[in-house]
Order: sequence, then structure tokens, then C-alpha cells
Amino acid sequence: MPAMADETLFQLLHTQVVAAAYGAGRGSGDEGLRAGLTVLEGMGFRVGQGLAERLPQGALAFREELDTIKFLCRDLWGAVFGKQTDNLRTNHQGTYILQDNNFPFLTQMAWGQQYLEEAPKFLAFTCGLLRGTLSSLGIESSVTASVTSLPA
Amino acid sequence: MAVCIAVIAKENYPLYIRSIPAEQELKFHYTVHTSLDVVDEKVSAMGKALVDQRELYLGLLYPTEDYKVYGYVTNSKVKFVMVVDSSNTALRDNEIRSMFRKLHNSYTDVMCNPFYNPGDRIHSRAFDNMVTSMMVQVC
Repeated sequence: MPAMADETLFQLLHTQVVAAAYGAGRGSGDEGLRAGLTVLEGMGFRVGQGLAERLPQGALAFREELDTIKFLCRDLWGAVFGKQTDNLRTNHQGTYILQDNNFPFLTQMAWGQQYLEEAPKFLAFTCGLLRGTLSSLGIESSVTASVTSLPA
Repeated sequence: MAVCIAVIAKENYPLYIRSIPAEQELKFHYTVHTSLDVVDEKVSAMGKALVDQRELYLGLLYPTEDYKVYGYVTNSKVKFVMVVDSSNTALRDNEIRSMFRKLHNSYTDVMCNPFYNPGDRIHSRAFDNMVTSMMVQVC
């Protein structure tokens, strides 16, 4: 069914985007890493802005911040990854933790700790995506990601 | 019969404004600008009231003797304002809603265009054509 192939295609494309961001001789070491992360996050930001217009079609206007975050967890995750986040925690003072135990971009990597340093590259785009969507919906934010173990 | 259609960004500057006939453009600029206050009022009123339903379509903002002004706000706080000639009373609420829905869909397409930077004025021809079709059908 065409709908099921979407996620695989997106994952493959994303893997290549990450490789391209680092492959074009962007320099090694810390600055190279940071430059690549910035590029990926910027890409995600622009995509997030477009998604924020398209996804809530027909949905009612969000009344408060929590509504928007819940929309992220359910609709955005569902549209982009085909599943919802597993857990959402908040400290009611503006910090929200979205937890996903089977993050699609990382499930294909080897078990264990060996590629833990590479993980941020694969999360940068998603961080940008969330930040772009939130900024379009009126919430200025900073998004960080952390991985405890692969696959995560 | 829309006489003027405007798209206003979150920061209240116009992204797109078009009116017919072209000579009265300045007057419509002014009308749209004043209607923004009414939009803000409605949006903040909806936020405070404990109403479960929050709609994107704002309805009639205010009528004058010549025309009526309708509003619609998206989730990203982009506002669409439509000025309609009062002489054409055949336009029902449903039609206005469907016009706004078309506007919203076209705006979403513009937003997803990778060559468009959010915050720039809208130069898309497809958007222009859609707006023209909405304004011409009125005459």
C-alpha cells in the first residue's frame, strides 16, 4: 500500500540528507560537526513551518500551550513517523519532555553504545522540525534531544 | 462578491493585498488595517472565554453602509480579511466559509513552496489566480 512506503522512504531520504550534510568536505572535528548540525536543524525548521500550516487542517485553534504540545505528540509524530510519542512529561513551567522508545531514525542502528556519538546528527533534523512547527504556532522554543541507548 | 482580499502576517503587516477596482486600493488598505483591531479583539475574547469550540472562521467583523468585512485566522496567527460588497446580499455564510477555506489551502501551498521565505510578500501566480477567480465571480 502506498501509505506504508512513505515512512521507509522518508527514513532513507533522511539518512542520505545527514550523510550529505557531512560529506561535502565541511571540515572535521568540532566545527564541522556543529556546522552540519546547524544545517540539518535549519532544514528541519523550514519544514516544520510548512507542516504547521498543513497539518492542523480543520482542527480548532489551540487554546493553550499544552494543547499545542499534545498536537505535536499525536498528530505531528503520527504524520511524520507513523506512530505517537510514548510519553509526555512537563514541569508546568514551560519544559516538556517527549519520550519515544522506538525512534524510527535510530532503530536501524546497531545495538549498544558504539554509535552513540553519531546519534545527534540523526536527531538534529527532528529537533529543527519541532522548533519550526512550534515557532509557526506561536511558541518560541529551544529543542534538545538526548539518547540513552541505541536503538532508542 | 469579494471586493478586496488581504493576507496579514502574525506581526500585522500585509503579506498580500488585492482589491478591485484598483483606484480604491488606498481606501481598502485603510479598511483592512482598522479591521485588524476587531480581529485581535475577537481572538482575545475567544481565548479568555471558556468556550470549548474555537473556530478559525471569525465571521462578520463589522458592516458599513457600503460593504461588510469578514475575518479568518489560522493556527499560525496569519489573518485573512475579506471585504465584500453589501449590495450583493446573496452571499451566504457558507460561501464565505468556503472562500476562506480555499484561501487557507492556497496559503498552505505557498508556505510549503521551498523558494518562499516565510514573512515575504506573496508573489505566487497560483495564489494570484485563485484570488482573481474569487473576486471575478463576484462581479
